[in-house]
Amino acid sequence: MQISPKIHRFIVSHKPEHDHTSHTLLKASHKLGYESLSSITCHDLYFLQGNLTANDKSRIADKLLSDPVVQNWFSENEELISDQQLKKNTQQYLIEIALRPGVTDPVAEQIMRAAQEIGIKSLMQVATGQRFIIQSHNKLNEKELIQLANRLLMNPVIHYFALGKITPLFPEDATARHETEIIALRELNEQQLLSLSQQRRSALSLQEMLAIQYYYIKLNRDPTDVEFETIAQTWSEHCSHKTFKATINSQTEKQTINGLLKTYIRAATEKIAAPWVWSAFVDNAGIIEFDDEYQIAFKVETHNHPSAIEPFGGANTGLGGVIRDVLGVSAKPIAATDIFCFGLPDVDSEKLPEGVLHPARIRDGVVAGVQDYGNKTGIPTVNGAVYYDHGYTANPLVFCGCVGLIPKNQHPRDPQSGDRIILLGGRTGRDGLRGATFSSMTMDAQTGEVAGASVQIGNPLIAKGLIEVTVRARDAKMYHAITDCGAGGLSSAVGEMASTIGAEVNLDTVKLKYSGLAPWEIWLSEAQERMVLAVPENKLQELIHLCQIYDIELTDLGYFTHTKQLRVKYKQQLVLDLSNEFLFDGMPLKNLEADLSVELNNSYLGISKETNNKLPELLLKLLSHLNIASKEKIIRLYDHEVQGGTVIKPLTGAKNDGPADACVLKPQGTKGKKGIVLANGLNPEYGKYHAYRMAVSAIDEAIRNAVAVGADPSRIAILDNFCWGNPNDPKILGALVAACKGCHDAAIYFGTPFISGKDSLNNEYMAADGKRHAIPHTLLISALAIIDDITNAITLDFKNAGNEIYLIGANNKGTFLGSHFIKVGGYVSELGEVPQLAENNREIYRQLHHAINHKLIKSCHDISEGGLAVSLAEMCIAGRIGCEILLENKSIESQLFGEANGRFLVEITPENRAAFIACFADDLADEIQLIGKTNNRDSLTVKYKDAEIIHFSIDELLKAWQG
Amino acid sequence: MIKPKVLVLHANGTNRDAEVAYAFTLAGADPEIVHLQQLRLNEKSWHDYQILVIPGGFSYGDTLGAGKLLALDLQVYFADAVKKFIEQKKPVLGICNGFQVLVKAGLLPTPFQNNTQATLTFNAQGHFECRWVTLVAQSQKCLWTKGLVDPIDCPVAHGEGQFVLNNNELLSQLITQDQIALCYAKPDGQKADQIYPYNPNGSIGGIAGICNESGTVMGLMPHPEDHVVDYQFPRWTRGQKGRSGLFLFKNGVNYVK
Repeated sequence: MQISPKIHRFIVSHKPEHDHTSHTLLKASHKLGYESLSSITCHDLYFLQGNLTANDKSRIADKLLSDPVVQNWFSENEELISDQQLKKNTQQYLIEIALRPGVTDPVAEQIMRAAQEIGIKSLMQVATGQRFIIQSHNKLNEKELIQLANRLLMNPVIHYFALGKITPLFPEDATARHETEIIALRELNEQQLLSLSQQRRSALSLQEMLAIQYYYIKLNRDPTDVEFETIAQTWSEHCSHKTFKATINSQTEKQTINGLLKTYIRAATEKIAAPWVWSAFVDNAGIIEFDDEYQIAFKVETHNHPSAIEPFGGANTGLGGVIRDVLGVSAKPIAATDIFCFGLPDVDSEKLPEGVLHPARIRDGVVAGVQDYGNKTGIPTVNGAVYYDHGYTANPLVFCGCVGLIPKNQHPRDPQSGDRIILLGGRTGRDGLRGATFSSMTMDAQTGEVAGASVQIGNPLIAKGLIEVTVRARDAKMYHAITDCGAGGLSSAVGEMASTIGAEVNLDTVKLKYSGLAPWEIWLSEAQERMVLAVPENKLQELIHLCQIYDIELTDLGYFTHTKQLRVKYKQQLVLDLSNEFLFDGMPLKNLEADLSVELNNSYLGISKETNNKLPELLLKLLSHLNIASKEKIIRLYDHEVQGGTVIKPLTGAKNDGPADACVLKPQGTKGKKGIVLANGLNPEYGKYHAYRMAVSAIDEAIRNAVAVGADPSRIAILDNFCWGNPNDPKILGALVAACKGCHDAAIYFGTPFISGKDSLNNEYMAADGKRHAIPHTLLISALAIIDDITNAITLDFKNAGNEIYLIGANNKGTFLGSHFIKVGGYVSELGEVPQLAENNREIYRQLHHAINHKLIKSCHDISEGGLAVSLAEMCIAGRIGCEILLENKSIESQLFGEANGRFLVEITPENRAAFIACFADDLADEIQLIGKTNNRDSLTVKYKDAEIIHFSIDELLKAWQG
Repeated sequence: MIKPKVLVLHANGTNRDAEVAYAFTLAGADPEIVHLQQLRLNEKSWHDYQILVIPGGFSYGDTLGAGKLLALDLQVYFADAVKKFIEQKKPVLGICNGFQVLVKAGLLPTPFQNNTQATLTFNAQGHFECRWVTLVAQSQKCLWTKGLVDPIDCPVAHGEGQFVLNNNELLSQLITQDQIALCYAKPDGQKADQIYPYNPNGSIGGIAGICNESGTVMGLMPHPEDHVVDYQFPRWTRGQKGRSGLFLFKNGVNYVK
């Protein structure tokens, strides 16, 4: 038997004055209730396997593992504290963690590469980990230490731990457990078909299983596991959007809907027929015209479940996936957006259901995941939102968007018979395969089992390389078609590309992260950072050279054919042979039942018993409400300046700390003054009462935000992202139908076509009552708009004292059902209704745009959560300029805090007053209302019936808003 | 007149190469983004360039410390070429990740010394931060900052930008030898020293950038290349004009002209 080379253990510690992690961890531990801890010291661990000499070891440690100015390193014999010492001093504990074998570990990869570079060839494998030395005033038992590890130091999904010194694990060099399996499907009865579907976690219905059976009976053979898994994947909700294609019947309304997507969403786009829409719902991303030279692509995706299990990795790969979607239309990514919905971050850990991560930890992990990927791929994260509701505690929502720029008509999408099928990027592992099953399995640290399957961790460095290669390959016309490897891996990517022609694939050539993968695992792996290209033979050498320069691995998987048949081989065996027709059109349509009786839920739980409103106090409460308060701490973690095109930034105003309604980009390299506007609309609170109005309000809000900074309302495209519960529940589906109708009606009304969308269904959580509940119906609308002249763009911060403040959309009366005023305990005698679309909004937006284009407006802010008072306070805060307003003799609550669509506050100089008023003539004359003036008094004053009812200094407002 | 050629070095993970190339174009030079692999394969040659820029980004994903692995590349593959470039007194500029590379490769503050004099480590705040800062020029020896009177407004975007020296003597040495190129300042141009957020990362002496003894090699954490046109300045919608970073690039270009 061969003795395996020694594993060398290295510990790297920061010198105390440069140790931030330890400090941060201690603070976090106290927050979690471990108040007896007096210190947590964190060190990095490296395990290097190979026959290394003492000289090799010190060279690696000095040159690679540590920074001599701020760090120290120790090898195994020079531990900072020995195990004996630990035992003697019972108040000191050691916890060590390491990544599970198979989990993407870019650090280990780079150590391997760099060791070669400095001439150390004997290094065989590397693993990394961390160790924590914990000091406590009180004794901690094993259970408490394990709990601390799980809550603060690691995530069992990707890490394993030891209370003491950890033994490193490497992926075992295993051979495949099995080759291809034949699934005897033809002789199964209905019951057996269903249990097969469950057993393989394919989520196929009986109807679908029967269709598959029928196909194989006709072929006179049984499917291979590769075929079965491919069909299951292609027909999955994720890949085929069954619910949005399903026939929906409503007993209540005696109505049949032939597909939500076709009837409402696409229908709106087709009816609007905007000439500037280049691609809607066809490609990986929607595409609109920018100028004579460029087009813009936009896509927004969700990554909810992965983010619930492993927040960092989930959000990381969520952004990674949408970046690849944009690369998949040959566009260069130029901006990212992120919208998150989390549970309340102050919830008691003890009250969380088993296995659910704390919302604060999910939030921090998700934000860090986006930060890591966005920053490292050099894409500015410029627009976003964070929304908190207890309904998202166990099921957070993570929306990641990406905008890309394409030279006009430079996105080829015609693979030719004979083109090589080229895979670019990262290696293939078990990443993402049946993730849900893996994460619930107990993983035994001793077995060395590859655990990477349960989660996807990204490697932004490879994504960056893919961007460089794709853009250059596009410009040099090296490919006939391109798509990304997302859900379904190669199966979806190659399958979709070959759907009109055919392909012959050889899986032997796929480069693997570790051995032992079965053919179906290779074919369906969701390993990140991979693109598939159709490359003509005569361009292949050029592409190989380009990939060599940018250090991107390239694999030739086979070639496209004209047989209309998808064929896959592994070790000379045909493991998949399916007709495109069956794979892509063979899925039976689903039939679903919806309850369309619109139900207004008036049993508002949050309603206050208090009948005497303390208005000033309520304003401060609103400003510090998590959904309204400053997001600066998150925004600054993202590089929103990279690429040099961020003209209106996510932080605005006199001190660069005010909010922005939308972002404006002027991509470097584009000519003229045209710019891109990005905005979003989201209001799950409305969805709790009225899904239709939530949808129209989300669209109104996205458009309103875009128009507020100067977007041309006739050049706005929108994207929908539905996150909903289980569509088999007629009430939940009924709300989805209502929301789709709302999307349709509002899109047509505003003339804003949908260009792309995505749905994530079956978002559920286990509540304290032990039952499963759907998350709040959530619809994110993302807006992509054009501004003809970026120099006309405006921000919301008050600019000067002595200007007039107008309310625009004055006929839209503020209302309270689902409003934030009620959420913070405000009392109203009547809840009113969920805001709806008002008749004049479209015209108001046009005229406001006209006024902005004529530079008549100094600042403009839309009115949304928290109503007029909150918007006014934000304008004062951002501009560090005070104001005084006088309200009408009507309901004060409604005027200050009511929510409605179609409203703005604008600042106008006295010289521009007449021209501004002239923009709102005739029917719109009473839509504008002078409410007050800006001043030099550094305070916000609200007068009502001749009395001063609110007066705060800007500092007081700022304190509440910034927390 | 022939425009000076600028080698904008691209390594895996570099991301502000296009912006710095744009800034050099505005400054009258002819920049070319070159992947270091192209230099290794001799497809491109160091001799053809008069200025070297190592731009911002996350070379090799900042693995094992920002800039460290690209610094290793410079030491292993390009030691002679870089040495020659510096000895010929050709201007060298490292921005953000590029500054980290120059320091960790031992090219700053004193070229060809070991790399234990100084480093750039995690911000005192403990996390990445993107915000606009103000810079004031100090060194009159540094060819990049020479004659720069007005402050510069530009963003920082880094997590490991705290400039640290191995001992305090080195600081006085840097001061005496006029090697402190740029300092963080308050908006009015007063030096920020340690005051956050004007000094965004806790760098010793409020140092934002340093140069070598001969003043030809400069590294800085902030991104002057992200403020070369008016509409990049955050408060332009308030009618304010920011102080552009273009001067630095023009200085470099004029030096070789």
